Amino acid sequence: MTDVVQSSPDLSLRRVPEIGSAPIGSAAEIRLAQLWESAPGWRGWLSTVDHKAIGLRYLVTAFIFLLMGGIEALIMRLQLARPDQVLLTPEQYSQLFTMHGVTMIFLYSLPILSGFSNYLWPLMLGSRDMAFPRLNALSYWIFLFAGIFLYASFPLGEAPNAGWFNYVPFAGLEYNTGPNIDVYALGMVLLGISTTVGSVNFVVTLFRMRAPGMSINRVPILVWGTLTASVANIFAIPSVSLAFFLLWLDRQIGTHFFDVVNGGKPLLWQHLFWMFGHPWVYAVVLPAMGIVSDALPTFCRRPLVGYSAVALSTMATMLLGFGVWIHHMFAAGLPTLALSFFGAASMVISIPSAVAVFAWIATIWLGRPVFNTPFLFFAGFVILFVIGGLSGVMTAAVPLDFQLNETYFVVAHLHYVLLGINVFPVVGGIYYWFPKFFGRMMNETLGKWSFWVMFIGFNLGFFPMHLAGLLGMPRRIYTYAPNMGWNAVNMVTSVGSFIFAAGILIFLVNILISLKRGALATPNPWDAPTLEWAVASPPPAYNFAVIPFVASRHPLWEGRLDEGGGRSSLEQGYLLMEGREAIGTTPLDAEPDIILKMPDDSYAPFFLGLFSALAFAGLLLHWRDFTVLMAVACSLSLMAWMWPRKALVQRVADSKYNKGAAHG
Amino acid sequence: MNDYRSRFRHFAAVECAFFSMILAAAPVNAALAENGVAPLNYFLHSYGPAATPTMYLGWIFVALLAVIFVIIALLLTGAVFRKRSAEDPCTIGREDEGMPWIYIGTGVSACILFALAIYALVTLNVIAKPTRAPALTLTVTGYDWWWKIEYEDDDPTRRFVTANEIHIPVGVPVLVKLKSADVIHAFWVPMLAGKTQMIPGLNNQQWLQADAEGIYRGQCTQYCGVQHAHMGFEVVAQNPAEFQKWQDAQRKSAAMVSTIDINAGKKLFLDRCSGCHTIRGTEAVGAHAPDLTHLKSRRLIAAGLLTNTSEHLVKWITHAQDIKPGARMPSMMLTATEISALSAFLSTLN
Repeated sequence: MTDVVQSSPDLSLRRVPEIGSAPIGSAAEIRLAQLWESAPGWRGWLSTVDHKAIGLRYLVTAFIFLLMGGIEALIMRLQLARPDQVLLTPEQYSQLFTMHGVTMIFLYSLPILSGFSNYLWPLMLGSRDMAFPRLNALSYWIFLFAGIFLYASFPLGEAPNAGWFNYVPFAGLEYNTGPNIDVYALGMVLLGISTTVGSVNFVVTLFRMRAPGMSINRVPILVWGTLTASVANIFAIPSVSLAFFLLWLDRQIGTHFFDVVNGGKPLLWQHLFWMFGHPWVYAVVLPAMGIVSDALPTFCRRPLVGYSAVALSTMATMLLGFGVWIHHMFAAGLPTLALSFFGAASMVISIPSAVAVFAWIATIWLGRPVFNTPFLFFAGFVILFVIGGLSGVMTAAVPLDFQLNETYFVVAHLHYVLLGINVFPVVGGIYYWFPKFFGRMMNETLGKWSFWVMFIGFNLGFFPMHLAGLLGMPRRIYTYAPNMGWNAVNMVTSVGSFIFAAGILIFLVNILISLKRGALATPNPWDAPTLEWAVASPPPAYNFAVIPFVASRHPLWEGRLDEGGGRSSLEQGYLLMEGREAIGTTPLDAEPDIILKMPDDSYAPFFLGLFSALAFAGLLLHWRDFTVLMAVACSLSLMAWMWPRKALVQRVADSKYNKGAAHG
Repeated sequence: MNDYRSRFRHFAAVECAFFSMILAAAPVNAALAENGVAPLNYFLHSYGPAATPTMYLGWIFVALLAVIFVIIALLLTGAVFRKRSAEDPCTIGREDEGMPWIYIGTGVSACILFALAIYALVTLNVIAKPTRAPALTLTVTGYDWWWKIEYEDDDPTRRFVTANEIHIPVGVPVLVKLKSADVIHAFWVPMLAGKTQMIPGLNNQQWLQADAEGIYRGQCTQYCGVQHAHMGFEVVAQNPAEFQKWQDAQRKSAAMVSTIDINAGKKLFLDRCSGCHTIRGTEAVGAHAPDLTHLKSRRLIAAGLLTNTSEHLVKWITHAQDIKPGARMPSMMLTATEISALSAFLSTLN
């Protein structure tokens, strides 16, 4: 612990944490539980900063948004099932497809992965919480309020209606006079705050909060995925927040960023949006690929083949992902030379994906799998991933994309990517970690039913969309004539989408039944290798009674893998129980570095989130005084948040309370 | 001029075989059986040098990627069904095995991708520009939700404007300059060329060429508002003589015959319609809507939505908002007498 000395200006603050064990029921364990548990009732509910509670909230909220986006999709599929239907007006259809996209892309696909990562990271990394627990709570609350903000416009018939990528000038004031686009613009800026603070938290957590010994080459792939996605978000979100902010200024203040008559550039919007949009596409799949890379090996009974290759390919995908945004704009009339570069880059980006695909197949091949529900979802995911990847290669070929762009082929491709690579791993992941979340197993019979119904419904629903695209069906048309040759494919798609929805319904029923009557789960029901399975199911508030020492990538398989090297120590470790404490370690080698004083529960994140959302609502409604009032309330919440407390002071003995500065 | 359906008939066998080979999907065959052919089906039909190389590219990509898919699917199926010996469900495999899978798999994928990328770039180069100078230049401007078409000529008196129906001579490259009057649209005649966005403030262009006479359907493919679905047009490729005849006819102003009925209709048009529509040779010079000088010469009205019969025309005038809700064309409140007068007048616009 020499590092503690080096990092502290005041030698008297040096403290070496006690090493020991704290079995369930011991005095130390009871004290830890008291320290970490939130208050009962609504107070604890509003003030908790426990990453597990926040993670579950993310999962549940995002899943509810998935269901809402799904219902929107089903309504659209009814409209499109046959030609010349009049179930929806064109305006209703516009709002539905826009909100379907906004919901699925922004309110479901990343938040659900944040839910997994929030819940699992500290458990996988052997930590007691995320680096900034209150920021974590804020991130959730703002996400929730931004979602409500966007959806509040729906019942009023004023929901965003220009497509999720919201091209100007159609989204400008001249062609879109209602509040619809202002809702979208402000909602996105608000949501951007949530994503940004969440990403910062993940990055710092990874580099600071791992258990001693968990060097960077021992972290699970999910952690790599979320880390990569978070770094990408930190760079990508400013682009989209800026774009929406400029659009809002154009619409409300009268600036001319996108306004052609006054020299604005519509193409600027496309660039800003896709500079964000493409990295985002990878941000919403890489953590999900991580879920598979971590959970698939459990059912294949062997470690993932090519850990380093997969981790590196994750990062390579993201790096390349920043250099391909033009492939969304191949039809925008850009110079051929530029198109060539971006087309070639878009092909190259498939190579890291190939690494992952062959790593998974090799893992299954060499491992000889056991057939549980999560395995089915992960194996199904691999095949959908391949289809989505191959159709992606087609759209990367510039001349072909001149045809495919903005047709149903792209719709098919993006659904194979987003459902195949996000929804299937997510549902599989819920089956896999459900026992950890709730202490009960999910029903296997219903689980297998839900997989097969979802898998068949998905392919029946979305594969024909490729054909609709090849037959020339454009995106975002609210109806079509009977002589276009699209009748059969659309009918099949509509039928398939309802079958898929039935599969989701079976999954939901399974959750409800299993919550009540599922078999009780042991700490490690799947015999999995990673740290989250070393703690009870569900985990105690403090996660780890003692901070473990980690000696390998697979702490719970060490005895059987016999890789040489030391053995992880899960029973003996730092006790750290003078208040809420965690250990900070060095970024690469995870050597113990510093004792971190973790913050208590607080209402401040909730109120800061609430007041921010209200301030944005004030901006939307042009209530100037109200907005100012809410901004003041935000400042007050921040002051309450930051208010210094003695409990956070690093101390050796009571007598030195007032002497040292807090650190950590 | 042949109707496009008859021209496509001999492709039916090829396309059925092709689709069942690569996609093995029943819906397509059913769709084709139902309607003959999809008028926007660029994947199996192309009629010019701006589109045909892309069509071949599409076939080769689909065929190759389908083979890759089958190989990977077989590997995965083989992997999934390798049985685990029942006596020891808990054995754990060693971590350091299996790397050849990644080396070989990724290596082969990278080579294929490299080849595909080169093929795509070569094709892009081939279709980027016509091999000879365009024989005809026209400007297409996207409006919510119709197309204005201007034929250029060095002699300003020989320029003319029409809407929603482009005529081109067969066998020569045509340069299409693309503009937008309001929001972003995209110009797409899939059987002749790929699509290009029409962005306000920018001058985009593309070229196309039809090697066979016929009618080719076009469609806006960039979401541009509530009636995006009904923003179609047609390209009519004609032999040079017919094209010349059409062009000469279009250059003329409307020939005004004068009978009582027609005069009443004309007056009505000037009162109610001329704010938006132009009829050359009359005082109607509105610029917000299609030029109707030679309305009766067009096959379709309402941007490709309805065939140009007098019943459809009347229905469109009186019920535009039911047929195309949100369109800029209002549903006109007209009495029966007014309707017949207006019809009589419009029917003279040959």
